[in-house]
Amino acid sequence: MLAPALVRWRPAAAGYLIAALPAGLAIYFARLLSVTPFGGQVASFAWAPSLGLTFSCNADGLSLFFAVLISGIGALVAFYSAGYLAGHPHLGRFYGWLLMFMAAMLGVAFSDNLLLLYVFWELTSISSYMLIGFDHEDKAARASALQALLVTVLGGSALLAGAVMLGIAGGTMEISALVSRREQLQSSPLFVPALLLVLLGAFTKSAQFPFHFWLPNAMVAPAPVSAYLHSAAMVKAGVFLLARTSPALGGNETWTCVLVAVGLATLLIGGYMALFQTDLKLLLAYSTVSALGLLTTLIGLGTPKALEAAAVFLLAHALYKGALFLVAGAVDHGTGMRDIRQLGGLLRAMPKTAAAAAMAALSMAGVIPLLGGIAKEMVYEVSLGFGPWIAAAVVVGGIFFFYAAASAVFGPFWSNTGNSGPSIPPARIHEAPFRMWSSALVLSGSSLVLGLLPQKAAAPLAGPAASAAAGAPSSLELALWHGMNPALVLSLVTILSGAGLYAARGHVRRMACKLAIPWGPDAAYRSLLQILNAIASGLTLVLQSGSLRYYLIIILLTMAGLAGIPLIGQGGLHWPSQDIDARPSELGIAVLILLAAVIAIRARSLLGAVAALGAVGYSVAMIYLMYGAPDLAMTQFLIESLTVILFVLAFYRFPQFEDVGSRPARLGNAVVALLGGGLITALVLLAAGIQFHHPISDYFAHEAVPRGHGRNLVNIILVDFRALDTLGETTVLGIAGIGVYALIKLKKK
Amino acid sequence: MTSLILHTATRLLMPLLLMFSLFLLVRGHNQPGGGFTAGLVASAAWAIYALAYDAATARKAIHIEPRVLIGIGLIAILFSGFTGLLFHQPFLAGQWGHLKLGETARLEIGTPLLFDFGVYLTVIGVVLTIIFTLEEE
Repeated sequence: MLAPALVRWRPAAAGYLIAALPAGLAIYFARLLSVTPFGGQVASFAWAPSLGLTFSCNADGLSLFFAVLISGIGALVAFYSAGYLAGHPHLGRFYGWLLMFMAAMLGVAFSDNLLLLYVFWELTSISSYMLIGFDHEDKAARASALQALLVTVLGGSALLAGAVMLGIAGGTMEISALVSRREQLQSSPLFVPALLLVLLGAFTKSAQFPFHFWLPNAMVAPAPVSAYLHSAAMVKAGVFLLARTSPALGGNETWTCVLVAVGLATLLIGGYMALFQTDLKLLLAYSTVSALGLLTTLIGLGTPKALEAAAVFLLAHALYKGALFLVAGAVDHGTGMRDIRQLGGLLRAMPKTAAAAAMAALSMAGVIPLLGGIAKEMVYEVSLGFGPWIAAAVVVGGIFFFYAAASAVFGPFWSNTGNSGPSIPPARIHEAPFRMWSSALVLSGSSLVLGLLPQKAAAPLAGPAASAAAGAPSSLELALWHGMNPALVLSLVTILSGAGLYAARGHVRRMACKLAIPWGPDAAYRSLLQILNAIASGLTLVLQSGSLRYYLIIILLTMAGLAGIPLIGQGGLHWPSQDIDARPSELGIAVLILLAAVIAIRARSLLGAVAALGAVGYSVAMIYLMYGAPDLAMTQFLIESLTVILFVLAFYRFPQFEDVGSRPARLGNAVVALLGGGLITALVLLAAGIQFHHPISDYFAHEAVPRGHGRNLVNIILVDFRALDTLGETTVLGIAGIGVYALIKLKKK
Repeated sequence: MTSLILHTATRLLMPLLLMFSLFLLVRGHNQPGGGFTAGLVASAAWAIYALAYDAATARKAIHIEPRVLIGIGLIAILFSGFTGLLFHQPFLAGQWGHLKLGETARLEIGTPLLFDFGVYLTVIGVVLTIIFTLEEE
């Protein structure tokens, strides 16, 4: 939150300082990871115990693995942005949202409570909305940001519903406790719907088919955002959720079928779509979609080996894809374009960026000795164990990866030929600034280091994560060379056919483009949105006529209809049985109220009506006072006084009573008013006659002094016993105030 | 609206009303009063001021933008809620301490007071935001 101020204060140093925070966190988490036992450490304190919401954190292998990734890549991205967005007027705002996003992601990684996880989950959606729409003057950026928000928030709502159902089925909201009640949970009738809802949440976040469309559209975001949110961090949140819940929810047919089917579909569709992309970032985005599909598949398979492969692949993917997006940003920055058909021979102009790009691309293509190569062989080995079909699909996915890597990097940096269309004048091309190429180089260099030292560096990171996801301790063995085995053969096949595919890229692009279906989920989203907008504006036209009188009529009639019809239908209407004995003073006030009401109706001027209504209010306050509710009476008095002031201010400029309508219209109004008033009267009579429980006021009266430290019951209920309600009400009040302000100010323009 | 009577009355009433609102705020925990009512009284005081002079003068006299008060109030409420967490208790659980005043008297002070103060500021902020903008219309 301090980031904007920091940028204003010392713009040059802000990037370093802001990057230092997550960098420090990354080192801390990495150290913690090496000492954390298998089960993890749970720390929790009650937040709102009555809602089952506790602020409980679980630092186990999985969450620390994610935390290292989130904060490590976050540090590099923050560092990179200082170069990429140097001098941007909203750099401070950018850092603020970036850090908030990072914090929310860490929250997702560490929460052990499903509701808490949901809260952080939505925070990532909101902050990513702001980051995608960072370039808020661009219409496409706004539309894409909204699309990403709508899709992920839709999934978020599904996740919330699923979480609540799981909580009911398992009797707890703590994930670690749900794991131990696995049997009870999975035999519950609520289990399958809950599972599907949670999966829906994960799929929307991780851009699984058919919700993948928002991710490529989100590429309008600044390059560091794409690198961070859309390759390394946010889209992995869905995968994380799957891995986190797999010990509790996995291991049954629904889980495996849905995950493997959706994962493979995403893998293939994403890879296929990548074939004919010519925009560098879109190409990377579609290959990210397909990588996420692969991860989902692996988690769906669910064997310890598969989860190990998933963890290693996730690590490799985060490193190379983050690096490639940073490279894409550098290319865009250096040349001003991202079309891979036009880019070429950048090696000479941007040697440092090229080095980073090469390492990342080799890792992505699955070439040993980079981490991507190791991950690929593990994936192949696992998939071979599940029959030829899955293996074949995964290998095709691998070929797509190779192709995407080659077109994203080999073409723009190495090849001089094959450039159709106008090329850019070489003089304009320049190497990216230090902060940009160094961040990309560090990320892709990690792929190489981790690949060369698999047992020393990569296994301690990914191993605990895999065991936490599997729910059983396992020891991850990583090696560069597994000897001659089927996986190696498949790897060679991948590389050869990938290279072949790339050699024929011109044809491939044309073919793929021809075969592509013009109608997809993206179009469905658009038409759905259009339909919704049409319905909304239609409804608005009918309901929001702009006349206050109609609003009141609609509100009152709806209320009378919704509450009154069931009331009459269930025979709830009857005259109270007990006699009414009223003191003369009360009768006097009642007469006063009636009199004032009649005057209000007959009044010929607005101010007269207001004054008469005020009299009604004051009389009601008198009744409160008589029945021993001084707080209520005082509030009523004050509200009445302020209302009169407000009315005076508002009516000061109004003309005298305009035409009050024809006689039938006035009669209609009277009927509506009588219905509304009659309903309230009936409800009051009904409420007075019913006593379900022992009145709660006894409890409050008893507990006020020992627990609330005070003697004024009303106030103690407000600020202590029911403080959460008051918090909500106060917030609403504040928003209403700002809303009024905005409405009045906007009208002026 | 310029009226000598209103001007004079406002000058007399303003300090009284403001002091009364603080009185209501502080005593609210044991006697009728509390942040909401106190906030209403204070807003009424400023509303009268704005009626007697005009919104611009009232804004100048109050020194702080009412919209900012809404924010400060909400932050105070949240802050009072978070103190519960410091003591390993739920969010918004009241925390109490006391000041010794002489031999027998002691004054209990707790986070609900801060909470109430937040309500007080928010109410003032909201009412004044509305009234000032309406007045300036």
